[in-house]
Amino acid sequence: MELPFLSIREVSELIKRKEVSPFELTHSILDRVEDVDSKIHAYITILRGEALKASNEAEKQISSGTYLGALHGVPISVKDIFVMKGTRTTCGSKILENFVSPYDAMVVEKLKQSGAIIVGKNNMDEFAMGSSTENSYFGPTRNPWDLERVPGGSSGGSAAATSASICFASVGTDTGGSIRQPAALCGIVGLKPTYGRVSRFGMIAFASSLDQGGPLTKTVEDAALMLNVIAGGDARDSTSVHLPVPDYLGRLDGEIKGIRIGVPKEYFIKGIDVEVEGGVKNAIRLIEDLGCPVEEISLPHTEYAVSTYYLIAPSEASSNLARYDGVRYGFRVPDSNSLREMYHRTRAEGFGAEVKRRIMIGTYALSAGYYDAYYLKAQRVRTLIKRDFEEAFKKVDIIITPTSPEVAFKIGEKTDDPLKMYLSDIFTIPCNLAGLPGISIPCGFTSSGLPTGLQILGKPFDEETLLRVAHAYELHTNWRKRKPPI
Amino acid sequence: MKISKDAVRHVAELARLEFKEDELERFSEQLGNILEYMEKLNEIDTAGVEPTFHVLGLSTPLREDVVKPWLSLDEALENAPEKEEGFFTVPKFIED
Repeated sequence: MELPFLSIREVSELIKRKEVSPFELTHSILDRVEDVDSKIHAYITILRGEALKASNEAEKQISSGTYLGALHGVPISVKDIFVMKGTRTTCGSKILENFVSPYDAMVVEKLKQSGAIIVGKNNMDEFAMGSSTENSYFGPTRNPWDLERVPGGSSGGSAAATSASICFASVGTDTGGSIRQPAALCGIVGLKPTYGRVSRFGMIAFASSLDQGGPLTKTVEDAALMLNVIAGGDARDSTSVHLPVPDYLGRLDGEIKGIRIGVPKEYFIKGIDVEVEGGVKNAIRLIEDLGCPVEEISLPHTEYAVSTYYLIAPSEASSNLARYDGVRYGFRVPDSNSLREMYHRTRAEGFGAEVKRRIMIGTYALSAGYYDAYYLKAQRVRTLIKRDFEEAFKKVDIIITPTSPEVAFKIGEKTDDPLKMYLSDIFTIPCNLAGLPGISIPCGFTSSGLPTGLQILGKPFDEETLLRVAHAYELHTNWRKRKPPI
Repeated sequence: MKISKDAVRHVAELARLEFKEDELERFSEQLGNILEYMEKLNEIDTAGVEPTFHVLGLSTPLREDVVKPWLSLDEALENAPEKEEGFFTVPKFIED
């Protein structure tokens, strides 16, 4: 197989054995980016010069006997929400179109330390607000499986780039499904770690109590080794958790007998795509055959998760995005007559429609007279949603559901109806509200050739069990071998 | 549920945003629809349920108050749309 189509695990073996040079590998990925990215637009910024320089450095280190591990010399991309020193970081927004970060995000720092070659910054919905990557100021990303369709979002550029093999993996962020849903729609693996597992330092904030960074990869093994690199507490993010990070990759042995699986009845509802549902149910049978007892469970407050999320996330966003005021960094409208006028016009011109919509919802929900009825009410319901999971995890070790109720939809299909777009996240949102880890893995294709995904949810800080189950399933299936026709 | 255009204007003022007349129309309708969907939460009795502002229940970590190097003045000002003599500058905001 040609080099770009290998997994990190496979290509890193070749690098380690000095059969592949990081410089040539990076070259071949950058050449492929040039070929393919004009069709899918998975990148906002391509770091050709920087990447080649870094790959040269990696090559020197490796040939002199310093091998830093599985990511050394491997071309990786990151969502354009992670700041990177000396590099433009836009967050998909006009308001940060020319922002050049003076420092590195923790995730970027860790990738660099591990010897990874960062080849570019991935396209995304503006400020990670969206489920289709159509809300990017820089134009939409297209799904490599069908160019008329969305890749999902908000980490749509990360998912499309990984799926199209124009990077070996990417790091995205997930506030309500933004890693898992695009992973499902693009036929790859997407892992949202437990809230607090990966530092949010240098990750541009959307909804701070929900945001979490995580890998998008071709295989479960790759997700495990990426998590090994980016996980860990960080004094610069006071909500990151200082727990030991297990060797996730080392625990993947294919043996999962006895792990108890819960299947929540509330996730198999009317309106879900029959082929998606079929794929997930087949997967559950396969996992049962591997020796895992399966039982139906109930998460009774599931139907309230979307309403809860779309009050809490916009509320936090309205507060977080107050910092874009045209004073310290970012876009500022010229020729204002007053400070007040400058604020209003800068934000009116700098933000796109969806971002403004969410700032408005959040400001409304937090404003005098509505705070108790909307914001506080949602936070109380969040407690009930979290309790549902706590109850369920007394009986089962992991929970399996569809990732998205549907396959990739057509570009433009939902842009006129924000609420319809919000409902795309119906199965991914509860996990964020409860702060749990979740992974989406490919579980088949529809008759028209579009990938479908299943989601595994686990107990807080137990990424290990969900990775083990996902890996065992992957060992017994061949979905990852099918590549998009691009 | 309908949100009046005046209410939208008021919230926009709080959020330091502004909308043209046709945008106001569209936003008041969309916000109305979205908030109507949120009303679903009223089906649940949450009396006595504590809110979850944060899943980890962390307390604020404390550290020694020691000076650490961070950005230089020049680096901190590098992205400023307008600056002067080591300061960010803004349009005049004190009335004569």
